[in-house]
Amino acid sequence: MKNIPLTIKGTQKGLLEKEYSAVELVDSYLQRIDNNKDLNAYITVCDEDAYKKAKEANKLVESGEENLIEKYPLLGVTVAHKDLFLTKGIRTTAGSKVLESYIPSYSATVVERMEKAGAVILGKTNCDAWAHGASGENSDFGPALNPWNKNMVPGGSSSGSAASVAAGLSLVSTGTDTGGSIRQPANFCGIVGLKPTYGSVSRYGVVAMASSLDSMGSFGKSVNEVETIFNVVRGEDGFDSTVKNTELMKPKSRMKIGIPKEYFVDGVDEEISRKVMEASKVFEKAGMELTEISLPHTKYAISVYYIVQPAEVSSNLGRYDGIRYGNSRESFGAEAKRRIMLGTYVLSAGYYDAYYLKAQKVRSRLIEDFDNAFTKVDAILAPVSPTPAFKLGEKSGDPLKMYLADIFTAPANLAGIPGLAMPAGFNKENLPLGFQLLGPRFSEPVLFALGKLYEEETNYDPILPKL
Amino acid sequence: MVKLSKEDVLHVAKLAKLDISDQEIDKFTPQLSNVINYFGELSEVETEKVEPTSQTTGLENVFRADNIGSSLSPGESISGSDKIHNGYFKVEAVLTERTDK
Repeated sequence: MKNIPLTIKGTQKGLLEKEYSAVELVDSYLQRIDNNKDLNAYITVCDEDAYKKAKEANKLVESGEENLIEKYPLLGVTVAHKDLFLTKGIRTTAGSKVLESYIPSYSATVVERMEKAGAVILGKTNCDAWAHGASGENSDFGPALNPWNKNMVPGGSSSGSAASVAAGLSLVSTGTDTGGSIRQPANFCGIVGLKPTYGSVSRYGVVAMASSLDSMGSFGKSVNEVETIFNVVRGEDGFDSTVKNTELMKPKSRMKIGIPKEYFVDGVDEEISRKVMEASKVFEKAGMELTEISLPHTKYAISVYYIVQPAEVSSNLGRYDGIRYGNSRESFGAEAKRRIMLGTYVLSAGYYDAYYLKAQKVRSRLIEDFDNAFTKVDAILAPVSPTPAFKLGEKSGDPLKMYLADIFTAPANLAGIPGLAMPAGFNKENLPLGFQLLGPRFSEPVLFALGKLYEEETNYDPILPKL
Repeated sequence: MVKLSKEDVLHVAKLAKLDISDQEIDKFTPQLSNVINYFGELSEVETEKVEPTSQTTGLENVFRADNIGSSLSPGESISGSDKIHNGYFKVEAVLTERTDK
């Protein structure tokens, strides 16, 4: 195969028209993965499982069965799962030495549903250990690199998932977003990333980070990829009591988009602000109404997030005792230890009210901000991160500096609302730029419609970096 | 200004069942103090009549029928460890022999 297709539609068209077989597709991807090992996007590549699934896909194509794509919406779609998603029989590390030889005896709901829909698993992607980080550098398996510029981080924590899709080492990938871990790496790597509504996709079988914030999403080159995956994986599975089958909000023909003034403050890269404003003009030209809104508690999101999240982390990582599986607690890396201790501290006697309870109350104020905004607008348009991809090592020595990178992404997690990160060209240094669309809970179709509108208006055509 | 002492950090590590080295204490103490100091900004926010949020779904008491379904076999349940004896996990002794007998 000369060129790999970059969309689900393109992939399936080629398969059904027998331009290539699913096995040939896997050949091409495995070759690309092998040629680009320096990106360190994968922790585990699973050739055997990939070929097994590809042969099944071939059989389905050969069968000539009708409405194949309706029955198997991910037929022949190669997927790389963030190494936080449990995969039966395939090593799952969470990016940590604690689980370096852990082989799960069951698969996550997301993995299982994608497999049933015809997806072909290529492997498990690199990430910050336990999903703790905004750069990928906290991985115990070494950092993944940004395919657009290998001196830069791909973002985190879903570093390898974003890098692998950007570099064409998989068509799509899965990720988890607890404070921005899908939207920020999607933004740094110039691809689309979806953080769904909290409670729309089951967390069953995914290594837990912060249970009131964790959201299971995906990456692709365009909106249609993440939308297709979302429709395959969402809904009740009987294993996650936060998931409810809820009717999704439908997009209107004319929508109001809010631009929050608190997201355009000092410290935000000028090219990023300009790009987001440019995007707003694209929407306006396409008939959407723009209006300035205020989310006054935005500046407190980092403090709230870095109290609530480590508190839940310290509880979730309490289970790793090295007895039933995994290595002992001595194998935790520095960032995991920091967050466990931070969380333990804010929950400990004498500090609970001052930190944890206070943060939970300010969280309510942050949610009020969004509730008020969504009485006036259908969606919010904002930057994803204050900066484009930064240099490897630039922030890794200073935890607080790294934490501040989450300022524009963490609020959506605290409020449980969906967010869609969209690519929007490049800056002067040829690093990807983009924006995010936020909507009320269960408004994913609204975000998809707006994302697609932007793609159409800008004649978006996905490309691969020169590697 | 909150300034954590080495003893504070050791205490928290003990609560979290983490063994940390002297070197780590020197590294973590200022880093954690720095982050906790940053939280001070929250005191600016008026929260007197605000209810705390612990989750965003609004769901309460979620039930499902307790039907018998497939589950992990005993073999699968212990497949994650190599410290197994007769189908059981081997753990460190938690009790010691009485010395007053």
